[in-house]
Amino acid sequence: MSTIKVNRIENTSSADGGIDIDADGHVQFDGVQLPTAGALSHRNLVINGAMQVAQRNTSSSENGYQAVDRWRATFSGASGTQSQLSLTSGDPYDEGFRRANRLEITSPSSDTSGYIQMRTHLEAQTIAQSGWKYTDSNQSLTCCFWVRSSLAGTYNVQYRANDSGNFFFNRPFTLTANTWTKVTHTIPGHSSLVFNNDTGDGFQIVIVPHYGTNHTDNSVSSNTWFTLASGAYFSDYAQSFLNTDNATFDVTGVQLEVGSKSTPFEHISYGEEVRNCQRYYTHSYNTFEVVGTDTSTANPGVLSSTAYGTILYASAGTAFFPVEMRGTPSVTIYSYEGTAGKINADATEGTGLAFRISTKSAFFSRNNDSGGVSANVYIACHYAADAELY
Amino acid sequence: MTEITYKLVSFKGEAQPTVQELPSTKFIPFDPANSDYQKYLIWLEEGNEPQPAD
Repeated sequence: MSTIKVNRIENTSSADGGIDIDADGHVQFDGVQLPTAGALSHRNLVINGAMQVAQRNTSSSENGYQAVDRWRATFSGASGTQSQLSLTSGDPYDEGFRRANRLEITSPSSDTSGYIQMRTHLEAQTIAQSGWKYTDSNQSLTCCFWVRSSLAGTYNVQYRANDSGNFFFNRPFTLTANTWTKVTHTIPGHSSLVFNNDTGDGFQIVIVPHYGTNHTDNSVSSNTWFTLASGAYFSDYAQSFLNTDNATFDVTGVQLEVGSKSTPFEHISYGEEVRNCQRYYTHSYNTFEVVGTDTSTANPGVLSSTAYGTILYASAGTAFFPVEMRGTPSVTIYSYEGTAGKINADATEGTGLAFRISTKSAFFSRNNDSGGVSANVYIACHYAADAELY
Repeated sequence: MTEITYKLVSFKGEAQPTVQELPSTKFIPFDPANSDYQKYLIWLEEGNEPQPAD
């Protein structure tokens, strides 16, 4: 067999487009990188990397999963908000992104034990079945995302392999103030990496605007897997996002894929992404309605049945979740006025019960604490079901 | 920060394999994969006891 050895092939009348082959043999067609390993579709292992789904709310001043689905924000030592940001221009906009995940400081602090982060948790089986030969140091994942901060400086992203103990991999990145930057880097395999083939918490991407000096040490290495020691997660942060009032930190377009090269972001429809998110969280409200909204005048999506006689335990019915959830969810009931823990009998609220909860459904009933209900009343409630990792 | 407590749940007098988180009123299944249940187990290990079922 003969071999043609070239670095580039192009049309005789144009230097545009063509085929490029780099020194490692990886190929670009017309400027588009081809995968170097892994699947040819559904390459992005991250759910809601484009930040387009926010089932709970579009903004919150609380910690945890409160705004953008699958992304958990934490403010410690300072107060702030997490929100789904609408994009109207800029480089990520030009690549098709219309939303970003924003962290903003509303009450700054110089607390050296404070920290701020946003993170997403991936099921262990997602990595185990990805095709990444993760115990081979020559086999990589590649992560790419757009990021912008109002405060210039060097920040970090940390990858955490949960089934391998506190086994972390840090990659720093440097930002110019108020300028979108596309961060791309590879994460090599390691002989100590373990990913169970289960639904547990297997891998985290933690994007970090700030860790206080109580959690940092300049002896912490970057670009290599390490085991957490003495609570030191990163090298010291030179700038203090935590202590900068109204500082903002925006992220979108997060893609984690098998292989050593970043391929174009895999945009998927809103409907498909909502389904992906509903494996972890779902509710009975309209998509853009905040859980706990008073729906007493319109009742959209309310789960209801009718009491045909005077009974102590009146059923509101069974909710079948839109997709099977990752695990048995925690369930919160809401009256249609929005009161947590309550179920309506017409306009009267009484204590609600959720039971026979499974990964596919839950049954809702009014308790007998208010002496039951009379015939011909509507028993109604909303619900939220949560099977998030962590 | 509001202190979280738990209450066992019964339906028609029968104990259910769930516990209710208070004050959120969230029903938590006894599933080791559920992160709220994991937090409940830690709370028990700290020597706390849930309120009995009604």
